[in-house]
Amino acid sequence: MTDLTNLGVKAIRDGVAGGDFTAREVAESFNAAVASAAELNAFIVTTPDHALAAADAVDAKRAKGEDLGAMGGVPIGMKDLFASHGVQTTAASHILEGFKPEYESTVSQNLWNAGAGMLGKLNLDQFAMGSSNETSYFGNVASPWRKEGSNAAMSPGGSSGGSSSAVAARIAPAATGTDTGGSIRQPAAFTGICGIKPTYGRCSRWGVVAFASSLDQAGPMARSVEDCAIMLGAMAGFDPKDATSLKMDVPDWEAALNADLKGKKVGIPKEYRMDGTDEAILASWEQGKAWLKDAGAEIVDVSLPHTKYALPAYYIIAPAEASSNLARYDGVRYGLRDLPEGAGLQDMYAATRAEGFGDEVKRRILIGTYVLSAGFYDAYYNQAQKVRALVARDFEQAWGECDLILAPTTPTASFPLGSLNEDPLTMYLNDVFAVPASLAGLPAMSVPAGLNPDGLPLGLQLVGKPFDEQTVLDAGLAIQQRSGFEQAPEKWW
Amino acid sequence: MSVDKQTVAKIASLARIKMGDEELERMVPELNGILNWVEQLGEVDVEGVEPMSAVIPNTLRLRDDVVDADPKTGGGKRDEVLANAPAAEHGFFGVPKVIE
Repeated sequence: MTDLTNLGVKAIRDGVAGGDFTAREVAESFNAAVASAAELNAFIVTTPDHALAAADAVDAKRAKGEDLGAMGGVPIGMKDLFASHGVQTTAASHILEGFKPEYESTVSQNLWNAGAGMLGKLNLDQFAMGSSNETSYFGNVASPWRKEGSNAAMSPGGSSGGSSSAVAARIAPAATGTDTGGSIRQPAAFTGICGIKPTYGRCSRWGVVAFASSLDQAGPMARSVEDCAIMLGAMAGFDPKDATSLKMDVPDWEAALNADLKGKKVGIPKEYRMDGTDEAILASWEQGKAWLKDAGAEIVDVSLPHTKYALPAYYIIAPAEASSNLARYDGVRYGLRDLPEGAGLQDMYAATRAEGFGDEVKRRILIGTYVLSAGFYDAYYNQAQKVRALVARDFEQAWGECDLILAPTTPTASFPLGSLNEDPLTMYLNDVFAVPASLAGLPAMSVPAGLNPDGLPLGLQLVGKPFDEQTVLDAGLAIQQRSGFEQAPEKWW
Repeated sequence: MSVDKQTVAKIASLARIKMGDEELERMVPELNGILNWVEQLGEVDVEGVEPMSAVIPNTLRLRDDVVDADPKTGGGKRDEVLANAPAAEHGFFGVPKVIE
């Protein structure tokens, strides 16, 4: 029998449904792969029993001839930002260590309802704040990829770095991610996998630890476009418990997948050609244009004039929302409490938060508190919200000339862990191509383009109109069929 | 605009994060680096532009005005609510004495 851990979502689901193997065999194979990959540090906790129980339920349903669900028999990794009933949920922060939610997030419940099981809770940047997976309280995550001829540990990207590392290493066929300013797409690009952030509001935020509520969106990460389409369908849907949830039907993205792009116009934004962008990235962009043209699309030049200002606007808006969202961690209701001898309530708050939050989280809370404080609100926060409106308007105007935008996902390939720690700003710049679509709430996907001369994966980004995940997925499929990207990292763990 | 150590101490106090001298000193240049960089937003002409707080057109819904409209988020969950509290006492969240 083939090694089951080489299979993706669709192959597992169809294989279980067709009786080629049982869901239990699949869960056992992935549980073993997870257990043998501790060196990646992709998981904060593993839940092999959850995966087995879900698998047994699917096998029992099959025996009775019942419908197995869109994800029937597929064990997945769950980013540790989604609340799991009875399983420690930390957002990779000390302040939530030991927190076991009494409820399940809507997105994860949707996945369990669709027949998926959970291999464990995946590591991430603390509170999803980071682009390299070096801010987790539970240690760095290593990418399974290494530079040719080097043993240096590389970044899996962030914040969904446990997700990207696990999927690329074939210890999970798919994983959930969340994207606030690139946290699905950038790690997907760094590790040679696919990841899609849907239109803001498609996936419920209920039970997802909040970072910046006007930007946070969940999405799937997997090794193929088809697998992403299947899993996104299972995750998405209206939820009355999330005030910003979209009350719209979830299309059958998988059934409608079509790599023929005849009649579609693909916009190439000239402002994304920035100084400092890697030569190999620019070459992959050219290659991407050629692939989409080959798929029948027409390539047109478009302009998104406020691109340059998207990232600084993001670094005001996201910390501002975070400073407000993270006010709930006070040592009273859940998580850590640090109560110094003789301390009062205010001292307890300050000591708990000092002890519980990591440096990057503190930095962003301080920035957010500052830009929202009296006297600075207009100069910083209001100005950033106006610039956000202009970034969104740029896209609206571009949609007059094209159906889809093609750009690189990141300005560089992955970098060694520890190499960008000197200055927070250099790290922030990694999300320069990802953030504009986040500010505008648009569906955006990263698909693998190939390897750079160092043997590291590069990603191409597709950004679509609001609610048009289908065109994004279709173009992703067209690229996937032409890139033929199937390379896997050489196993060293 | 840039911040000095005293300002950072004030922000940290507003944010209820205890910070020692050494940490405050380390934060000053880091925060200034970020603040100087976001300063470029001042160049953008935003005349007549409304600040955007919601990107996707969506109306806020009202739920039915009934008790326990959603059993998951309704009432009657005291023990679950307190289950993760660092100090739950007599059915309440326990905190240090607030009033002398």
